[in-house]
Amino acid sequence: MSAVDPHALNGKLPRPERTVEVLVIGAGPAGTAAAIAAAKLGAQVLLVDENPVSAGLMGLDTPLYFGGRMTSAVQRQARMIEQVFAANPDLETAMELGVEIALATCAWGAFVNGPGVGTLPEPMVGLADEDRAWLVGFKSLILATGARDIALSFPGWDQPGVMGANGLAALLDRYDAFAGRRIVILGSGDLALDTARRALARGLDVVAIVEALDEIQGAPDRVETLKNQGVEFLTGQVIHRALGGLDGVERVEIGPVGGPVRTLDCDTVCLAIGLAPAIELLNVLGGALTMDPGRGGHVPVVTDAVRTSLVHVYVSGDAAGLAGAGEAGIARAAAQGEAAARAALGAAFEPAAPAPSIDAIAYQLAWTRALMSVGSDAVMVCQCEEVTRGDLLGVQPPRYLDRPERLAARDIHSLTADGPVNQDQIKRLTRACMGACQARRCREQVALILTAATQSPAGAIPLAGFRAPVRPLPLKVLADWGEAAEMGAGWDVWFGIPEQWIPYRDIGTERAAMHIAILGGDMHL
Amino acid sequence: MTPSKGASVVIVGGGVTGLSAGWQLARAGCDVVVVDKGVIGYEASSRNGGGASHYHSPLFAEEQRMWPLMDELLGYPTEYRRERVIVALTDAQLTHYHYMAAMFNELGYTAEHLDVKQALEMAPLVSDRILGGIHLKFGGQANPQRTVQAYGWAMQDHGGRLLQNAQVSGFETAGGKVTAVVTSRGTLGCDALVIAAGPQTEGLAAQLGAFAPMAPARAEMIVTEPAPLMPIGGVDGNGLYGRQTLRGNLAYGGGPHEWIEVGEAGPSARPTTPLMRNLARRVAELLPKAEHLRVIRSWAGVIETTPDGRPILDRLKAPDNVVLASMSGVGFGLSPASGHAICDLVLEGRCTFTDIDKFGIDRFADLPADWRLSRGWTPVSGPV
Repeated sequence: MSAVDPHALNGKLPRPERTVEVLVIGAGPAGTAAAIAAAKLGAQVLLVDENPVSAGLMGLDTPLYFGGRMTSAVQRQARMIEQVFAANPDLETAMELGVEIALATCAWGAFVNGPGVGTLPEPMVGLADEDRAWLVGFKSLILATGARDIALSFPGWDQPGVMGANGLAALLDRYDAFAGRRIVILGSGDLALDTARRALARGLDVVAIVEALDEIQGAPDRVETLKNQGVEFLTGQVIHRALGGLDGVERVEIGPVGGPVRTLDCDTVCLAIGLAPAIELLNVLGGALTMDPGRGGHVPVVTDAVRTSLVHVYVSGDAAGLAGAGEAGIARAAAQGEAAARAALGAAFEPAAPAPSIDAIAYQLAWTRALMSVGSDAVMVCQCEEVTRGDLLGVQPPRYLDRPERLAARDIHSLTADGPVNQDQIKRLTRACMGACQARRCREQVALILTAATQSPAGAIPLAGFRAPVRPLPLKVLADWGEAAEMGAGWDVWFGIPEQWIPYRDIGTERAAMHIAILGGDMHL
Repeated sequence: MTPSKGASVVIVGGGVTGLSAGWQLARAGCDVVVVDKGVIGYEASSRNGGGASHYHSPLFAEEQRMWPLMDELLGYPTEYRRERVIVALTDAQLTHYHYMAAMFNELGYTAEHLDVKQALEMAPLVSDRILGGIHLKFGGQANPQRTVQAYGWAMQDHGGRLLQNAQVSGFETAGGKVTAVVTSRGTLGCDALVIAAGPQTEGLAAQLGAFAPMAPARAEMIVTEPAPLMPIGGVDGNGLYGRQTLRGNLAYGGGPHEWIEVGEAGPSARPTTPLMRNLARRVAELLPKAEHLRVIRSWAGVIETTPDGRPILDRLKAPDNVVLASMSGVGFGLSPASGHAICDLVLEGRCTFTDIDKFGIDRFADLPADWRLSRGWTPVSGPV
């Protein structure tokens, strides 16, 4: 005979405010093309994009590594919405086709029934703006969330002016709000060359492109073009430190690992060594991921380039690690977006061509090793939690705790003797990656540093998992202020099993019945 | 993978209970190995609220004796902090908490009533709309993740061993005893066995003919960015349990759980749900001066619960060298004492410092086979 546990979640999670046929997250080239293609097929489409993000979140390097180099223009959100809309002319096309567009709206979670959860009324995504959070259901979800910047630490990286290539691209082209003038670019692959091209097109100075390896990585013709525009390429060299003042970077020291160094004046150091496909939502959903260095790291398992392991969930563009850099990358992303929409709606489609593959992880590791050779153990890795390289590799607790003698005998090597490196475990011990930026600045570099230090195979360290909310949301924004009565009705601190909390000596006595009668189940801490 | 050698005592399950037992046994000079399916402390042991105030347990006095000593005994920091505050937002809650305070005092654990001013001094982030509260001058909280690792390391320092990433599939028995544990990394001979494998304990016990009923469930918590440190970090109320970490983060849970199924290999996923919005609301109501703080993570843990919610701490009659240990979802805070009790059960055949006879599996002898169904403790599978 079956019964109902009044304290269980069953039937209590609310239905979404509404359900859309196609929900597209991310209005970059892939997402916009997906929304347009879906609308052309007659679907009801909601296209969501978190840009423009608030100045406060930008200061937390969320979602991109903005490095504090935005102008005060980003504080005027109404103006920024116009700017972001104007920066992507295809959004107007999408609107004309009937696509509903929600800018300044982030997707902080995504939820489907699967292993470990069966109580969701339907598949849904959590959205939020500055004021509130809400849920939207979907028949099909297309993740076109792009890619995040990968930051690597070096002496002086923890100051304004050190930023990522996607953060710079966003400030230049999407926000028109970049506060720098003179840029040193780290890395020389297509991402770096593309970054230089964007900066030069805006009339900015590209002081140098620095490459840790002995060879320039990007396409020779593009290198030639940049050289003709006066850009200096420094190969076999790394940044030894960034120096600056209250406003951040003022100059950098560049040279071979063993020195000597040369000082270059600049206000911005742009890390263009790699991007990480933005897989947060798919990871939260429980979609299958794989480590594929050719696609940029941890990426969705895909079939036909756009289908994920989850029915109704599709992925396209940089989020799948399939677009690649530059103008060609934008075209590929758009084609993949269109393919994802057609796949979602059951229309015939050409599986979109992936970008040419390079081993991104090997390249990032080479840079990591070079940068670990300059600077000391005191270089900060996790800025939020102030975890240094030495703390990380020593698996030491934060500074506000004592470090008793026995801890000195523990480090990454003693930990590895007990089993393969697990980044989540090291996170818990050191607090690296546990900060308010949600590890945007250090997730990948912690994995790379641990890989280098333990001589693990590239990509062998398991992904440090993402958890909703994948954007930092204030309690009052995330809160469900319109909570339905059934949620509160069976609410108990812990399971609501009254017998559990009867003082041991009272078990089986009249006093047990008295406690239960007076307190119900809720008598515990 | 290298097969590992056996030990005098093999403990299946590197959660906080198994590791505490392993540490105590190693301290007592035992040759002990703790086997875990993955990384130690990866399940509920590091996914809980860190509370250490479980007055109802016969293990609590020993827990309270040991916690203040744990950093020194283990040699590694646990972030243990003393005392708790519970505040009431309604009259009904205040009456409820006052009854609990009386119960605590009767048990010999001091709890005092707080007026609004006193409560706000101890926990300044608390709403000034509270009606009062109680101050537990006992109990406390610690960092589960750090503590689990500390047990593991301390056990190693005493000569105990860890075998991680080893899935236990069964046992070898002879002469009424378990003689070996079969794992994916080799067969480990043993003189004694402890099964402290969380929700997988039931299935492993069944292989030995023992009925240890339990139902797995998923529970959720959220954590914010850091707030200024409150004098007392353990602050409960409004349907929540939680703590402020020494870093300042507010970590809170409570509310509905979801019954799930867990296979032999353990939980395959630990997803969180929009329940985090209901948690966020209650935290914002409890601690309105922190309502602007950003939630930066949520997490879910999978715990097992016995039919009466009470632990199983029992040495089997047959095979007679086996101890079963499940803390029924309330294991972290009691771990210093549960490990001691398990160590006693292995070495002495009984708990030497308190009565735990009511935690035997005999109490389930008459439980009907469909007990989960009859309570609604079964999973639902909604639309995919």
